[in-house]
Amino acid sequence: MPDSSSPTQPSDPRSDRPRGVMPLQASISPPVPNSNDDDTLARAQGGDHQAFAQLYSVHKRRIYSLCLRMVGNTAEAEDLTQEAFLQLHRKIATFRGDSAFSTWLHRLAINVVLMHLRRKGLAVISLDEAMDPAPEEGPGRSFGSPDLNLTGAIDRLALERAVGELPAGYRLIFVLHDIEGYEHNEIASMLDCSIGNSKSQLHKARLKLRDALRASSGLETQK
Amino acid sequence: MTEDRNNLSCAEFQAQMPDLIGGGEKASEHPHVQNCELCRALLADLETIAEAARQLLPPVEPPDNLWKQIELAIKDEDVSLDQG
Repeated sequence: MPDSSSPTQPSDPRSDRPRGVMPLQASISPPVPNSNDDDTLARAQGGDHQAFAQLYSVHKRRIYSLCLRMVGNTAEAEDLTQEAFLQLHRKIATFRGDSAFSTWLHRLAINVVLMHLRRKGLAVISLDEAMDPAPEEGPGRSFGSPDLNLTGAIDRLALERAVGELPAGYRLIFVLHDIEGYEHNEIASMLDCSIGNSKSQLHKARLKLRDALRASSGLETQK
Repeated sequence: MTEDRNNLSCAEFQAQMPDLIGGGEKASEHPHVQNCELCRALLADLETIAEAARQLLPPVEPPDNLWKQIELAIKDEDVSLDQG
């Protein structure tokens, strides 16, 4: 096996994101693969270890971040990232290009994460169930006092805590859309759900986060 | 279905929010938002949360030694397959 201990660093896929206030519908998609990516993928499918190392370099940050945001623990996130890339190594020859490679890899990683959550005894068994939280988990109508809004009141720790307390299905959609920047059509492809379902789950996730963040910042939610 | 966009209740507007937010029209320009302080505040909060996610939770780099661990695990699997 050739030495590939130092796979080259890719650019940050979100580095082009504008950092000003951004309307909700303007999320940034991951980069579109180019012919070099196709060539690397083809070589990795043929067993080229250097090419596989390059794929790792390109996708490691997104996969690790997905795992970390889903489990909230760096040691578990490392284990899950390793398992996702091991599964990729086993299955890469079966990728037929029916979807973007990044979408396919994310779906594989999501299944690794959901299996892990199931082993931990959490109520997540499959993507279908992750995408369909129990009715009682859904947020109620949420209004709030207009003169007590969240602007400027969110800090990172509070947001991480609130995201970590979301039901797994809501958390998954929120991570994929609002943190990783995937569009609803890409998420629908990853999770085998409708675009409408993805939008609905994201909206419910944001409403639950709003309630949690208002509570943690001392803002009462009027219902 | 015809619906008077200017006369939606808050519940009716909020039921449409998932589609409005992801659609082509800016949700903040919807007539109901223009006239309803509560739903305007709700929309502002949801925008704040989405923006906070982008600003406060950037992608995280895995530790450098993770690739070494993955390489070792791949080698172990390859050896097992060769022996099996």
